[in-house]
Amino acid sequence: MESINAKYVSQKISKSRWRPVSHSSLQQADIFATGSWDNEDNKISFWSIGSHGSSGVEDGFEGDPQLLCEHKHDGDVLDLQFLDQDRIVTASSTGAVTIFRHHQNSQTISVSQQWARAHRYPSDNAPCTGVVCSSPEIVTVGEDGRIIVFRADQEGVIRVIDNADSSTIHAVTYLRTTEILTVNSIGQLKLWDLRQQSNSPSQILSLSGDRVPLHCVDRHPNQQHIVATGGQDGMLCVWDVRQGSTPFSLMEAHSAEMWEVHFHPTNPDHLFTCSEDGSLLHWETSSQSDIPSFLQGGRNSSMTSRSAMAPAGGNQSLINAWLSGDSSKGRLETTHMLPSQTLSVNSLDVLGQCLVCGTDGEAIFVNRQVPV
Amino acid sequence: MEEVDVEPAVTNIPAASSGTHLGFAWGPGDILVYETLYKASGTGSGDIHEVRKDEDIYSPILRKLFNESHHIFVGLQTIREDLPSKNKKPQFVSISKNYRSVIRACMEELQQVSILLAIELIWNLCEVLFIDAAPAGSLLLHLLDWVRLHKADVDEKAREVLQSESPAEHRDYWDVPGGTQTLTEFDVKWRHWHEEVDRCLQDNSFASNKHLELICKILVGDEDTLLEHKDLLSTWYHFLVTRLLFCHPTVKPTELHYYAQSCLTMFLDSRSVPEPLDSILLAAFEFDIHQVIKDCSIALNNWWFVAHLTDLLDHCKLLQSHNLHFGSNLREFLLLEYASGLFTHHSLWQLAVDYFDHCPEFGRVYLELQIERVPLDTERKALKVLRICEQRQMSEQVRSICKIMAMRALRNNRLGSALSWSIRAKDAAFATLISERFLQDYCARGTFSDLDLIDNLGPAMLLSDRLTFLGKYREFHKLYGEKRFREASKLLLSLMTAKIAPRSFWMTLLTDALPLLEQKEVSHHIVRYAVYGQVLSL
Repeated sequence: MESINAKYVSQKISKSRWRPVSHSSLQQADIFATGSWDNEDNKISFWSIGSHGSSGVEDGFEGDPQLLCEHKHDGDVLDLQFLDQDRIVTASSTGAVTIFRHHQNSQTISVSQQWARAHRYPSDNAPCTGVVCSSPEIVTVGEDGRIIVFRADQEGVIRVIDNADSSTIHAVTYLRTTEILTVNSIGQLKLWDLRQQSNSPSQILSLSGDRVPLHCVDRHPNQQHIVATGGQDGMLCVWDVRQGSTPFSLMEAHSAEMWEVHFHPTNPDHLFTCSEDGSLLHWETSSQSDIPSFLQGGRNSSMTSRSAMAPAGGNQSLINAWLSGDSSKGRLETTHMLPSQTLSVNSLDVLGQCLVCGTDGEAIFVNRQVPV
Repeated sequence: MEEVDVEPAVTNIPAASSGTHLGFAWGPGDILVYETLYKASGTGSGDIHEVRKDEDIYSPILRKLFNESHHIFVGLQTIREDLPSKNKKPQFVSISKNYRSVIRACMEELQQVSILLAIELIWNLCEVLFIDAAPAGSLLLHLLDWVRLHKADVDEKAREVLQSESPAEHRDYWDVPGGTQTLTEFDVKWRHWHEEVDRCLQDNSFASNKHLELICKILVGDEDTLLEHKDLLSTWYHFLVTRLLFCHPTVKPTELHYYAQSCLTMFLDSRSVPEPLDSILLAAFEFDIHQVIKDCSIALNNWWFVAHLTDLLDHCKLLQSHNLHFGSNLREFLLLEYASGLFTHHSLWQLAVDYFDHCPEFGRVYLELQIERVPLDTERKALKVLRICEQRQMSEQVRSICKIMAMRALRNNRLGSALSWSIRAKDAAFATLISERFLQDYCARGTFSDLDLIDNLGPAMLLSDRLTFLGKYREFHKLYGEKRFREASKLLLSLMTAKIAPRSFWMTLLTDALPLLEQKEVSHHIVRYAVYGQVLSL
């Protein structure tokens, strides 16, 4: 395993995200944004990993990420997403949702818009825990159990779902353009149809066993009904939201909370997870069939599954794989991507062959040659 | 009680008005100072001043030092104990070099000359003398490297002087011990050469050329000549190494301190006093490790250096384990002090946890006391603190943290969150409290709030009787709503007889039974309801 170098940045990194690249330009990832937490003065920062195509790059780690610019951030950065090429949205522990604009020419950052106290309790602030956007729409969730929909460049909120959840909503993602998926601290996935006016979810899914809090969720880039979640017990669950209310397969991934799970955006046979236990895992399937093995459900030689119930109805071949207990329909490989003994890896993002992650050891790791 | 070695430092508090009587209270890493009314003239300010001794941990550049060295520290602790010591020495040297490279990286970023320069100088010398433990012969080479590294520009000039004449002899000279010849062979050759140069000087064969004569005098290590060129050798230890180079290149480690002491004395004017750095280096040359550590502890205001160096020396088995008065050994004491300092930092407290883990005597106790003081502003942070406690089976702290978070959630009416924290702590009492809240809400409003929670309790229901009752009671309502009266009635009866219903709810249960009595399927239950009602009225 090639050595991966840490860049120490004097701040605990809570989130790291690649700036999106337009598919047409065949550009590689070169700029990423980070947010810090647990500081008296938190910051958001933009970094560059320099140009590609330079020769003699043996192991892909030529040069450290260079700081382009940074800006003060009020409260911990609990989530961060790129709205477009120049703007990011952050979720703050003060309950504020803020849009920052990165001025590429002058390498400065300015606050473009802010909704302070978007998430709140009657007498206190409530941290905003997750944000997802599909420009110009922004959806946020928080410890107050609210779901809020904003539009960039429009003051005020578009829609609020109060008491969407009696527990903390930890993460949100788009399922379709009008449907979102949230995960909460009593182990439930909830589907919300934003076209409906009702304040109830259209579907609730949960594990049949213990109500383990879920911390992260990501949707398969091509198959919109396939969703992966990770939670407090470090288990990776893959769900099919069309059928049944329980996960399709469960895999022991980490020995502590899983903070983020990401399908690779263009190679979805690859999945990445990071955890409080200080590890970052790269999951790769190499099945003959079109369906990756972790979607085939049930037991696999390198997975340990708990009591996941067989889904009712549904695709015949999938159920056969489950019932026959055939473990070799596909192969699942996991690789550790970081040297051991790092503190918690709080965040990761992957784009093309580039992966960036941030840790509580105040280090950023960039890998430019992820084997995908 | 030992006497204090240095005068205590006086710190002025600029914001406090002069002449006021100050009160104070110790904090974990600081002092809180306030103006008292005693002897107050006029109105004093109502301010509290925080006096911090260690500003270093708030420097962004030094934070890199703390984080990177933490990584090295943890790696060092996991070196296997059972390896023979000769295999371990290169590892320890390599770790020492890692620490030093981290210091140097920070030095490069900090523009001004800082304490880091002195720290690296001392550490480097300790590595040469203690960890690498260079024997006679290579010892001098290491010392040369050491001095060169720190006085690079001075060395340039010295090299100019040396290389201007007689290159051939010098080339032979640099064919150094540790190469192909033994120490004795080299010593013999060297003495021979030295005598020859000395004879040339005595013969005045170079009298015609002042420069050449000067060079020869330097080459034989003539003290007066060397001292005349003091400005080229900016420090006494540079003087020392130069003198050793020309007079005693095969110096043994045990002889070092004689030369060190005399060089220090010769180099300093009669007026100037040795600085703390000088005494530390001298103690190192005397191989008095404990004195080095003690002097560094006093001279530096942050425990980073002594803690890490002592830990490394302890792994090299160089510290005699003499126990201190309070039960732990020197290494542990210093690590505890360092880690306690880290714990006062709003962000670096996470690093401290690993240091406490590797203090076998008191580390756990320190951690237990400190971890409860970490402010829990967000759930995310509370989860991290909880994980630390759970991994170390600190069940009391787990309960305490979960209770704090659950209470906070309850106050903000987040019943699901509160329940989630109770489940984590397996806190049956709190789960009961939450269930009571739900039931009170029901009684007040006639409907359940947060159905998404109650309908999906799952096995968590079993955490407390009250919670089980809540879940089952809701189930009863669902059954009734679906017109499954027989099952509803059976469930209601079992709720009554199982004695998990709270007393305050018994009347409600009976009232719920009334509409059921009208249903034909459950008429046979009437008798049992009647019996139950009879029991109640008693």
